[in-house]
Amino acid sequence: MTDKIDLGKVYRPSEDVVVREIEGEIVIVPLTSGIGDLEDELFTLNETGRAIWARIDGRRTLAAVVEELGAEYEAPEGLIREDVVGLLQELLDRRMIVERG
Amino acid sequence: MTAPARSYVRKVPSGRDGLWASAGPALARLDIELTERCNNDCLHCSINLPVGDAAARAREWTTASWKALLEDAAGLGCLVVRITGGEPLVRGDLEAIYLHARRLGLRVMLFTNATLITPRLARLLRDVPPLEAVEVSVYGMTPETYETVTRTPGSFAAFRRGLELLREHGVPFVVKGAYLPATRREMDEFEVWAAGITGSPDPPSSALLFDLRSRRDGAKNALIAGLRIGGDEFVRIARRHGEAAVDEWRGFCARSGGAGGDRLFACLGAGGSAAVDAYGRLQYCLGLRHPDTVYDLAAGSLREAVTEFLPRVRAMRSTNPAYLERCGRCFLKGLCEQCPAKSWAEYGTLDTPVEYFCGVAHAQAVAAGLLEPGEKAWAVVDGDERVERRRGS
Repeated sequence: MTDKIDLGKVYRPSEDVVVREIEGEIVIVPLTSGIGDLEDELFTLNETGRAIWARIDGRRTLAAVVEELGAEYEAPEGLIREDVVGLLQELLDRRMIVERG
Repeated sequence: MTAPARSYVRKVPSGRDGLWASAGPALARLDIELTERCNNDCLHCSINLPVGDAAARAREWTTASWKALLEDAAGLGCLVVRITGGEPLVRGDLEAIYLHARRLGLRVMLFTNATLITPRLARLLRDVPPLEAVEVSVYGMTPETYETVTRTPGSFAAFRRGLELLREHGVPFVVKGAYLPATRREMDEFEVWAAGITGSPDPPSSALLFDLRSRRDGAKNALIAGLRIGGDEFVRIARRHGEAAVDEWRGFCARSGGAGGDRLFACLGAGGSAAVDAYGRLQYCLGLRHPDTVYDLAAGSLREAVTEFLPRVRAMRSTNPAYLERCGRCFLKGLCEQCPAKSWAEYGTLDTPVEYFCGVAHAQAVAAGLLEPGEKAWAVVDGDERVERRRGS
């Protein structure tokens, strides 16, 4: 299930989900079957996840995402990289993002 | 950045609280009544027009109008749309409207009698799941019983075929019964059968108290009224599975916070739901068609209806002395089905006490030890204390 996350790659939201921003929350709504463990689940992101998600746009490499976040947040680059890789792996496992073709 | 988290993605099961850190969106749920037409002709139904009613069909909103409405609803933060009718599947554009809703990121609650489910629709519901169980109404366990209710030959076989298609394709669904003269003797059989359906509540829900037609059709309303059970029978049925229902009634009374005074609308809060009828008129709920509570979307917008019109409806107060004397002082508010929609269907007003539901609520209250037989709830001065005592007993 797990793929290795490559910081040189570019990812975008999958067409298997619909991503909505409602009342400040990112809400990820499965569109096709098999996204959730149950067939009635929605998903939201924590604060860290929201900050990263806003940059997963099919244009930036993950390395660029890490660099941007490092400029915006006062946190060690290693920690930021860990968050980006952690979230991307989780989203990839859930089929919520795909690598840009 | 924050410290590393183990999981960045939070699952929010459908229908659970906890999605919003702050106040929810302006519109949480939208009910759309795609058509008033139905391919069945159920004795008790409060909505069905004949499937071939050309005048009704001609007035119905177009596919494009429904799609635009769904876009507006999603723009207001709506997450759930309930598609109902009539029978929504009589419209040839159900699949298109359904897919549009899902692509907008809406969960879909589909209410159907299942008779018109096709392999193609079942595949669609499998591949693009509604994220809510399909709700199927059941009118009997045999062709004879079912078609006595639906008055439509062949409907039982079509219903069973539809259910089988859902089952074959792994589409989650739940069944709902109706307690009618023809189905009463099958209630045990229905409950055993429903218990075998994955995800169905045990016991399954059954309609026991039938609403009159909100279009206020006199002849049909007389037929529906003749099918109704009294309060004592309602209590007897509710107690078939023990006293949990009676405990729940006490809880309803406790949570309602006592008598409501002149306030008419207590059922939906701000940011709740709204309904749109088959012709593009927004209502507070599907049953309430009083002209003072209906907003023509063709002459305005969903945003204005939700943010300006519905709050004005919610603020409406009663001036009817009978309502103020009885309902306004009644501590059974949380138990009784009295509401502006019921008053409208029964009497054509927003605030006439509905004798039928009043009688049922009084029977429930006697069973729950909240009233003595013959007592009138609105004359009781220590109602809230009684509720507390009985809840603790």
